[in-house]
Formats: sequence, C-alpha cells, structure tokens
Amino acid sequence: MFDAGSASMFDLQWLLIAVPLVSGLGLLVWGKESDAFGHLIATVASTFSFVFGLVLFLSLVGSDAEDRSRTSTLFTWIDAGRFHVDMSFTFDQLSGLFVLLITGVGTLIHVYSIGYMAHDERRRRFFAYLNIFIAAMLTLVLAADYLVLFLGWEGVGLASYLLIGFWQHKPSAAAAAKKAFVVNRVGDIGMALAIMLMFAQFGTSSIDAVNTSVVGASGSVATALGLLLLLGACGKSAQVPLQSWLLDAMEGPTPVSALIHAATMVTAGVYLVVRSSGIYDASEAARTAVIIVGLVTLLTGAWIGCAKDDIKKALAGSTMSQIGYMMLAAGLGPAGYAFAVFHLITHGFFKANMFLGAGSVMHGMDDDVDMRHYGALRTAMPITFVTFGLGYLAIIGFPGTAGFFSKDRIIEAAFGDSFWVGMGALIGAGVTAFYMTRLMMMTFFGPKRWLEDVEPHESPKVMTIPLIVLGAMSVLAGALIISDFIPEWLEPVVGSEEHHELGIPVWLMTLIITLTAAAGVAVAVWLYRREIAQDAPADSEVSFFARAGRNELYGNQLNDAVVVRPTRHLTRFLVWLDVKGVDGFVTGLADRLGDTSQFLRKPQTGYVRSYAATLFGGALLVVLALLAVTLA
Amino acid sequence: MTEYLSLSLILFTIGAVGVLVRRNAIVVFMCIELMLNATNLAFVSFSRQTGNLDGQVAAFFVMVVAAAEVVVGLAIIVSIYRTRRSISVDDASLLKS
Repeated sequence: MFDAGSASMFDLQWLLIAVPLVSGLGLLVWGKESDAFGHLIATVASTFSFVFGLVLFLSLVGSDAEDRSRTSTLFTWIDAGRFHVDMSFTFDQLSGLFVLLITGVGTLIHVYSIGYMAHDERRRRFFAYLNIFIAAMLTLVLAADYLVLFLGWEGVGLASYLLIGFWQHKPSAAAAAKKAFVVNRVGDIGMALAIMLMFAQFGTSSIDAVNTSVVGASGSVATALGLLLLLGACGKSAQVPLQSWLLDAMEGPTPVSALIHAATMVTAGVYLVVRSSGIYDASEAARTAVIIVGLVTLLTGAWIGCAKDDIKKALAGSTMSQIGYMMLAAGLGPAGYAFAVFHLITHGFFKANMFLGAGSVMHGMDDDVDMRHYGALRTAMPITFVTFGLGYLAIIGFPGTAGFFSKDRIIEAAFGDSFWVGMGALIGAGVTAFYMTRLMMMTFFGPKRWLEDVEPHESPKVMTIPLIVLGAMSVLAGALIISDFIPEWLEPVVGSEEHHELGIPVWLMTLIITLTAAAGVAVAVWLYRREIAQDAPADSEVSFFARAGRNELYGNQLNDAVVVRPTRHLTRFLVWLDVKGVDGFVTGLADRLGDTSQFLRKPQTGYVRSYAATLFGGALLVVLALLAVTLA
Repeated sequence: MTEYLSLSLILFTIGAVGVLVRRNAIVVFMCIELMLNATNLAFVSFSRQTGNLDGQVAAFFVMVVAAAEVVVGLAIIVSIYRTRRSISVDDASLLKS
C-alpha cells in the first residue's frame, strides 16, 4: 500500500524532528497566554512524532528486506573545499526502533508531566524543553552523518542541562546541571576528535562511508576511532570514568530523570557504539575497552544502587548498571549488538516506568525521596505499586518479562566471550535483584515510617495511565525476542554471528541466571524484613561496602583529586603569571614612562627667564658646534 | 674694525645678561632692544668692511621689526600691568605643568 508514496513519505522524515522543535521553540517565545495550553501543544507535537514514526516504521516493516534503509537529504549543510556535509537523515531498522522508543516513551512522559508539573508555574517552559529534547534526540538517532549526529548529541546535552537545572532556585540543582554539562564536555572532546580523525583519514564523516572504509584502513586508526567514540559514549551514558554526573542529575524533575536519564539520552552512547559497528568490528582493542567499561560500570552502578536511601539515586545507580550491560553487549561485537539494542529498549520501558512510579510515590509523599520515610505504600498507592512491581519483575529478570529475555541473552553472550566477563554479568544480575528488592521492600512493604503530616494518596489518572501503559510494555516487550524479531530485524545494520558454544545447554544457563536473581531477592527480603530506622545510620556505623556505596565509590573525591584540584592549582598559577608577569610587564612599562615624564616636566617652570636661559644655552651650543666644525 | 665688533659683543652680552637676570619687564624689553642694536652694529660694520650694502639693508629690516615688536610688546606689558598691578616677568608664570 505504500509502494507509490513510500519514497516521498520517507523524504518527510525531517518532520519527526521539526514538529517538536518548532513547538518547543515556539512555546519558549510565546507569552504568558500560552501558559494555559502550552503543555497540550507540546504533548500533541510529541504525539505527532510518535504516530508519524509508527507509520514510517510499519511502512519499513512492509517493504522488502533489502530496501529498509531510507536516507533523505534535506540540504547541504557545509561545503568547504574537500569537506562536504549533507543535512541528511536515515530511517532504517535501528533508527526506526529508537524513534519509536524515544517518541513513545517521550509522549507518555509528556502526558505524565501534565499531572506531575501541574502546580509548577513554569510548566510551559518545562514542556518546551521536553520538546526540544525530543527533537535533539531524534536528530541524534536519525543522523546519517557523524556531524549531524554530533548536533543532536549536543542538543540533548543542552536539553539535559536545562532540565536538570529546571528548579534553578535550588543551588544543588544548578550545581548538578553544571556538573552534568562539564563532565559531558569531556566526552564531547572524544566525539569531536573522532570526527576530525574521520575527516583526516577518510575525507568524510558520513556514518555509512566511515564504517565501510574503516575496513580498509589501518588497525590503529580503527582503534583510535573506537576509543575516542567510546570516550564520547562514556560521557553521555554515564559510564566509568565519566559516571559522576548521573547521580547528581536526579536533582531534576522526576519525568526528566525518567525520559532523559533513564530511557533515552543516557542510552545514546550505546546507540553510538552500535551505529559505529563497522569501526568496532575492525578493532579488537576498542571492543575490549568497551567490554571493560561496561563490566566495571555494571558492577559499580549495582554497588551504588545497594547503598542509596534516596529512591531516585538508587534507581540512577541501577540505570548506570543496566547501561553497563548494554555497553558490555555492544562490546561483544556482532554477537551482542542486537541484544544491546534489545536490552536498551526493554530497559527504556521498565526504567521509565519505575522512575515515573518513583515520581508518583514522591508526589504522594510531599516530594520526600528518602526511602526510610516510606513503607507500606502498597495499600496507599495500589496502581503505582502494581505498575512499579511490573517494572521490578522486568528488571530482576522474572521469567516471562521483557528483562528476563534481554538480560539473559546478554549474559549468555558474555559467557560466550569469556568466563570472567560472564561471571561479572551474572553477579551483576544477582546484585540487581538484591537492590531492586531492597527498594521494593523499603517503599511498598513493611510498617509505615511516614513523617508527620504526610498523607500518601494515589496520583491522578493523567499520571497513572502512562504508568499502566509502561508497566504493560515492561512485561510484553519480551515477546519481541521470542520470535527472534530484533536480531533478525537488525541483522542488515549490525551483522550477526552464530552463537559461541557455551559448553552447557541454554536452558541450564537460563536456570542459573534465574536462580542467581532469586538468591538476590531472597537475601534482600530476609535482610529488610526487620525494622528500618527512620534516620540513616551515620557513615561510621555502617560497613565499608555501604559507606563506599553511599559515597558513590568515592568517584567525586577521585575526580576532585585527579582533575579538579590540579586544574585549580594550574589556574592559580596562570592567574599569578597573568597578574605578575603579563600585567606586571605592561603596567611596569607604563610606570617607567610616567616616571620619565615626571622627570622631564621639571624644566617647565613657567618662568620666562629660565626658558630664555635654555634658549641662550642652546644657541651657545650651536655656535660652539659650528666653530668646532669650521675650525676642525 | 675690531673695536666696532668688540663694542657690539659687549652690548650684546650686557643685553643677554639683562634678559636673564632682571625681573622688570620694561628692563628686559630694553635689554632685548640693546641686543638687537648690537647686532645692527655688527651688520653695519661687516657691510662697511666688505663694501656692499647687504648689511645696511639687514640693519634697516631689524629696525623695522624692532619697532613693530616694541609696539606689540609694550601693549602686552601695559595690559598685564592693568590686570595684575605688576610687571615682574616671574609673576606671569602660570603656564607650567
């Protein structure tokens, strides 16, 4: 049915980006009269992108397998000598999935925010930023050129900055926004250098051309590109060593944490690695680096998630950890790309669901985020409890849910790579089950530990309906892999590889993983059945593991010691050099000139007779000189 | 010849010293006239010695310029005296840094 019109329809894919962008910018400049309906415009714009994206996706499913990558060029962006960049977008199997995830989850979060931000007087601005984020994120995934991708990359960074610091009257939020921005700049240096290297080596930054021609290039170029892109991915996806900003980013409104810092933007790094599969296929070393980063982050994030009492920070640690899984899978090469994307999508659903659930809990608890003040909320907020529970089942990998399938595949693939990587991923699964159960126990079960004057109540429908949809998706998205839909669907983009022999049957592997998770759940239930104090014990009273986890494994202190303080010393030295050296030279020169003129003005006395004496003296000198010349 | 030039030199020196050491504007003025006339004497003496009239003409020019100068100079001195009740050249010393 799309045969005749399909070509032209894909030429309109820029509308996916343009509609939310225009809506977002429009809402920013429109005056106060749009306060009443601005959020509706933004939601409609996001819905449009979702519906149009869905139409494009279905039309892609309906077309021939070899005809599923549709590129459309809008205009020539840069044409300078040998450097040529087109503003072009590619809607293919990979970006199609992302478009659906971004606009789908994005639209649900728009709807949810209508309720969540109802009492915020700057709600219109909030929705404008959300729309700008959607537009930038779509630019990122649709880009057919690394430079266009970089444009979206910076766009989501900007939106993230604006939204983390949305409550800018709180100094902590303003500082968190600044931190996220600065840490991301470090990663962006990697991205920028990678793009420059691409241009220097291949004369182009088109994603397609680079990933094709990297095969013929030397191995060191591929490794350098891979590592530089990985640096960029680390910044955006909060992977070790650039992880420190994500936990602070929880200062933003909860829908932002759900959309940007759980479901979409932080997964951009994984997208980048998968999209650059040609580069990573060409370099074993870069792939190993990705695996190491993924594995370290996966364990770090899980560790932090175990120790935090702040519900959003516990979830943020979990996000880091799950993105670590995706990175790990992406680092496994063709065996893992599809699973990385699959886990990314299921994670997008269940983590957005849980963040929104946490937002719903906070909404009912007067914006208190301390889980020690929760307890017994399952009766007070039944819908939130059930939907959160579905997300919980998905993330711990309860058989039949989306997370079960996606995480299972990653751990299997990790064991296929090496035993130790597999063990790391398996332990991560156990710890995940532990900290998520802890979170559930502290929030929804046990006795009430509410503070005075807090009356938990279920959130309005506009907030619970997105929760229900996402809860259902958390469970059902697993169906996508039963039929091996995703790996087959993505095969033309990322390639595929036969499974490594595991040495043990797959069902046994699945059983081991499930039992590990069950053990994590059991430990948490057993530990958190007892009374939980309303006030957190002091750092000195808890074990080393809890202390390190609470302090985010001292990542901030490490950054401080390794980067911040040396930089500050360098700055002080440079300031000293500037003040004493450069300024000293210039002002010194001026001072000497001043002194000289002070001396020279002395002869100007105002007395005619002294001038006359000077005149005579001068004349006398001239005469003497003349005489000397004539006589000599 | 030498006597005339010696007289001219003596007159010029007296004039120059007078300009440098006296404060009374009228006296300074007279000393300047003395210096001008000393040069006139030198001009005329050299003219006589060389036998052409160039020096004589130059002396006439100096007299004309000196007459004009006296007119302007005396006018300034009178004007200063009217405003300041003083004709000391050291009192008119405002033009300095």
